[in-house]
Amino acid sequence: MAKKLMKGCEAIAEAAIQAGCRYFFGYPITPQNDIPEYMAARMPKVGGCFLQAESEVAAINMVYGAAGAGARVMTSSSSPGVSLKQEGISYIAGAELPCVICNMMRGGPGLGSIQPSQGDYFQATKGGGHGDYHMIVLAPSSVQEAVDLMHNAFDLADQYRTPVMLLADGIIGQMMEPVEFHEFEQKQLPNKDWAATGWKGDRPRNIINSLYIEVDELQEMNDRLQARYDEITEKEVMVEKYNTEGAEIIVCAYGTVARICKSAIALCAEKGVKVGLVRPITIWPFPAKELREVMAQDSVKKEITVEISAGQMHEDVCLAIAGKKPCTFYGKPGSYTPTTEEIAEFIMKVREA
Amino acid sequence: MQTVFKKTPVLTDTIMHYCPGCGHGIVHRLVAEVIEELGIQDKTIGFVPVGCAVFAYKYFAVDCMEAAHGRAPAAATGCKRVNPDNVVFTYQGDGDLASIGAAEIVHAAHRGEKITTIFINNAIYGMTGGQMAPTTLVGQKTTTSPYGRDPEHCGKPIRIAEMIATIEGAAYVERVAVDTPAHIRQAKAAIKKAFQCQLDGRGFGLIEVLSSCPTNWGKSPAEAMDWIKTDMIPYYPLGVKKDVTTVKED
Repeated sequence: MAKKLMKGCEAIAEAAIQAGCRYFFGYPITPQNDIPEYMAARMPKVGGCFLQAESEVAAINMVYGAAGAGARVMTSSSSPGVSLKQEGISYIAGAELPCVICNMMRGGPGLGSIQPSQGDYFQATKGGGHGDYHMIVLAPSSVQEAVDLMHNAFDLADQYRTPVMLLADGIIGQMMEPVEFHEFEQKQLPNKDWAATGWKGDRPRNIINSLYIEVDELQEMNDRLQARYDEITEKEVMVEKYNTEGAEIIVCAYGTVARICKSAIALCAEKGVKVGLVRPITIWPFPAKELREVMAQDSVKKEITVEISAGQMHEDVCLAIAGKKPCTFYGKPGSYTPTTEEIAEFIMKVREA
Repeated sequence: MQTVFKKTPVLTDTIMHYCPGCGHGIVHRLVAEVIEELGIQDKTIGFVPVGCAVFAYKYFAVDCMEAAHGRAPAAATGCKRVNPDNVVFTYQGDGDLASIGAAEIVHAAHRGEKITTIFINNAIYGMTGGQMAPTTLVGQKTTTSPYGRDPEHCGKPIRIAEMIATIEGAAYVERVAVDTPAHIRQAKAAIKKAFQCQLDGRGFGLIEVLSSCPTNWGKSPAEAMDWIKTDMIPYYPLGVKKDVTTVKED
């Protein structure tokens, strides 16, 4: 298929439809409005349903009901809106329902800004809502990668009966890049025989529920979730290792920032300094093992995490490296996107320190 | 021997957890009998609330979903949009529907969602132990209005049926009570009409049921039924508030 120049949000929406998503519930918020707008135009053409909800709270609960009925369903929002969805996401995790949630991160806290940010890493990867749960969190660094990951997102959600989040900084949503929509192989996925579609007496009644009033039953549900998270951590980590072999310094970054880091790495190379990049594509599960392996090389002296945040993923990096080698952070909270030169300068400074 | 009465198969055999004298058991039975009589058990999906009816999925012999507090109309919307041939109902109390879920119920009605809502108004929060609800009567003592509800401080009770009836998308809205056998018969007819409205694709239906909570009202079951008549019905008048089925189509 030929490449098309598309805006990130629209490409993500199209990719979701091509992945079989037929239900979308959302509420307007910048900088992701192109997703619901695209869905509003496209869904009726493919026999699906776009519905603008009265709030993000309602939207995520519509997702709950649609997922419980067995549909491939999605919602999208941006940081303040995703905060509103947290209650629903916790219920979806507890009721073991598959769905996809897209967060085009903007600056925070509070109303913050409408410029790009990576300030929702904690919220996305550590649960966000109440209770012990995780989502699989996919973090694309280009529009093409966002498109490719959408298919994974729906398959992973169905395979593990879990919410999956596509977590992107606002740049991914707003920039235009050439994209190609690939054919994907249809994965063998479990039957949704648990869905509430009407009880005809030929199976036990299907109850979509996260209430387990007995301690033992709640324990059993939590054990089931934790075992699933272990399996996901073992099987589903995605990471890009760039220029890491024999590198002296390893930069860890995700999303658009990782691309800026690649340019900074090229600047360092011009000065004869070999810098590598570890770019988590799944930020939950975090590629701790892969990062440790890279860091274990004798050539590697130091690590630098770069984020548009006060250092959120940096905590996971430090946990993975466990004090074996020095880890430093570069970035600012809010919406300031660092430049290639700034990052390169920081890398050189850390090297000489 | 002639069978003169049989429990509807749309209720399971699970023993209900409701208090003696609580109206939920009566309303559960009415809803279940309506589902049986309309022959829709195999395609009905029940959305149950957070509140006293949180375990209602154990009692209705249909596929069910447990919704977050107040969100049943939104969750039911998602389900109905996916499978329009399902008959979808929400069963919600006054804390769930009239307080935390006020936005969701208004907008489900506003969109004309083809779902049916059974709204239990017992003027109090039951499950959490008797706190003030938006529907608590003026002067009524609850654990969070210990000196009686003061309208200067927290407003007057909200009349949901009348409010929903003003919304264009609402097709059938009626307020009923379960304090006497005659009212219970009327309640069942109203519930049936609301479900029929959904089956006919006419739009959103809501039946507000004035119901008893002897435990949290501090009354005996008999006193509680009397209180519905003496105190609730005068403020919450019974009757049909909206019925598009009587409006002739052009």
